[in-house]
Amino acid sequence: MTAPLTAAIVGTGNIGTDLLHKLRRSPLLEPRYMIGIDPDSAGLKAAHQMGVETSAGGADWLLDRAERPDVVFEATSAAVHTANAPRYRDAGITAIDLTPAACGPFVVPPVNLTAHVDEPNVNMVTCGGQATIPMVHAVSRVTPVAYAEIVATVASVSAGPGTRANIDEFTRSTSAAVESLGGAERGKAIIILNPAEPPLIMRDTIFCSLQPDADEAAVTTSIEQVVAEVQTYVPGYRLLRPPQFDPEFTPDGRGRVAIFIEVEGAGDFLPPYAGNLDIMTAAAVKVGEEMAGRKAEAR
Amino acid sequence: MPYSDTLDIRITDSSLRDGSHAKGHQFTEDHIRAIVDGLAGAGVPVVEVTHGDGLAGSSYNYGFSAVDERRLMAAAVEAADGRSAIAALMLPGLGTMDDIRACRDIGVSIVRVATHCTEADISRQHFGIARDLGLETVGFLMMAHSQPPDALAAQARIMADAGCQCVYVVDSAGAMILDDAAERVAALVAELGDDAQVGFHGHQNLSLGVANAVLAVRAGATQIDASTRAFGAGSGNPPTEALVAVLDRLGVRTGVDPLRMFDVAEDIVRPVMDGECVLDRMSLIMGYAGVYSSFLRHAYRAAERYDVSGAEILLRCGERKLVGGQEDQIIDIAIELQSERQTT
Repeated sequence: MTAPLTAAIVGTGNIGTDLLHKLRRSPLLEPRYMIGIDPDSAGLKAAHQMGVETSAGGADWLLDRAERPDVVFEATSAAVHTANAPRYRDAGITAIDLTPAACGPFVVPPVNLTAHVDEPNVNMVTCGGQATIPMVHAVSRVTPVAYAEIVATVASVSAGPGTRANIDEFTRSTSAAVESLGGAERGKAIIILNPAEPPLIMRDTIFCSLQPDADEAAVTTSIEQVVAEVQTYVPGYRLLRPPQFDPEFTPDGRGRVAIFIEVEGAGDFLPPYAGNLDIMTAAAVKVGEEMAGRKAEAR
Repeated sequence: MPYSDTLDIRITDSSLRDGSHAKGHQFTEDHIRAIVDGLAGAGVPVVEVTHGDGLAGSSYNYGFSAVDERRLMAAAVEAADGRSAIAALMLPGLGTMDDIRACRDIGVSIVRVATHCTEADISRQHFGIARDLGLETVGFLMMAHSQPPDALAAQARIMADAGCQCVYVVDSAGAMILDDAAERVAALVAELGDDAQVGFHGHQNLSLGVANAVLAVRAGATQIDASTRAFGAGSGNPPTEALVAVLDRLGVRTGVDPLRMFDVAEDIVRPVMDGECVLDRMSLIMGYAGVYSSFLRHAYRAAERYDVSGAEILLRCGERKLVGGQEDQIIDIAIELQSERQTT
């Protein structure tokens, strides 16, 4: 049986290579092409060895194929994806964007997995967004959240040159999605790189302000439910401590809940400490599979 | 090589930025005006004013500011009235280029971009935009005790190539002991040559702030940070009034009048402080175990909230190799200590 959708990966860095490992396991998505710009890149060589057709000709090469993929996963940079996005759309290829370009709507699976399956272009926010926005959503769906703040700490070795050159895009894109998807009136995002050896597993802390009458038990239950949902596609997503409630914490008298998360990766490409990589690619594959499932139903 | 024709080194007073930690980020515009006026009158050439954790630092993680830092910086620019330059700190990953643009609009003339000392490459875009805006730039390599001199120099090169005009060796933990500071400054001076100046920012946690600063000057640093009355995180920074007195006696020109600084420290800055910055058990542990100085107040709070030992929290911060900015993990450590006690 062939998979309902064929896929291409554009970008051969950490994210692109990790994606390839995951797509090869997917029953719904078939990785046909792996495309970069450097013929000597390790990612292209790995793909070639796995029997995937490769090219260093960039998006131009992909769009010249007689047989185009249904879906392209883009793991290049915001600037490259912004340039490529209209060309994919014109060619009828759905784009799942793992850069911070945000040409299309944000998708974080536990929040809005099915909302944009028919869009020509969807954006996966950031690794920190994928790890923390489900928790903001878990709180805001049971009680209003005026302000949410997330702190994402990743191992230095797991942050590639693209992330490092564009760290402002991370903070902006993540805080925007904490608001629009997380459901907080105001959002703030902080990213920290830690060079400790051995590398630390990705850690995320989520702070949400609470109304004085917030039902703490309902908030805790909702958090536990969403953690379980994320675990269906990232098994190493863990709540480290029970949610911590501090009444009357802020100057305006609001309380807060603090949520402590660890994200251990599947170890497909980078070792398990790189949960930041894993949650991004696993979420992108989940979105692709949702699109494939929809197409299979339509047949 | 001296800083300029008239100054051998340039002093930056950080009490209105590093002191923000000790003040729990509760500075008001009146505090800022009084202290900036005093420092400018004593001849301090640069005064840094920002939330302790830099632009956009007001947060759950680091503590909310009582007054928006942009209002504080505007008050500082007004009070300095051209006598002192006003500087602002920013940490990529927390502040953004928009914050740097806002600084320029307010009249802040120096932007200091800080990264952990192995992560200099996340600062490139910020140095670029600051220089494009015509701002003077300083780079901060934080927790510099944790890296050997040659590795630190390689990181300084990244900042200089990105447009940084002076790279600081930053002893965030107050863990450097004499030669530690001198060797790191010398390595940066050798690496950067005429491409950028070298600076030093110390803490008092092992009571060596002034001594380390003097050795940094002898090793070739031309910009030195200090805080009046030591008003800073941990047990504070080298006191500006002590440092300028020592340098004056050593024949190093700073342009700051020591006697006037003694008055500013006693009459203007001390009344604003909640308490003196002292060498107590907690701050000694930070210097001894290499822990980021601004963790101090957070560790006190978490210790009280979870009824565990603040000293044990700080030791575990060192064991976990936390870097600046990971204040959230202090809460996690406190819960861990509490649960360990409950299971034994």
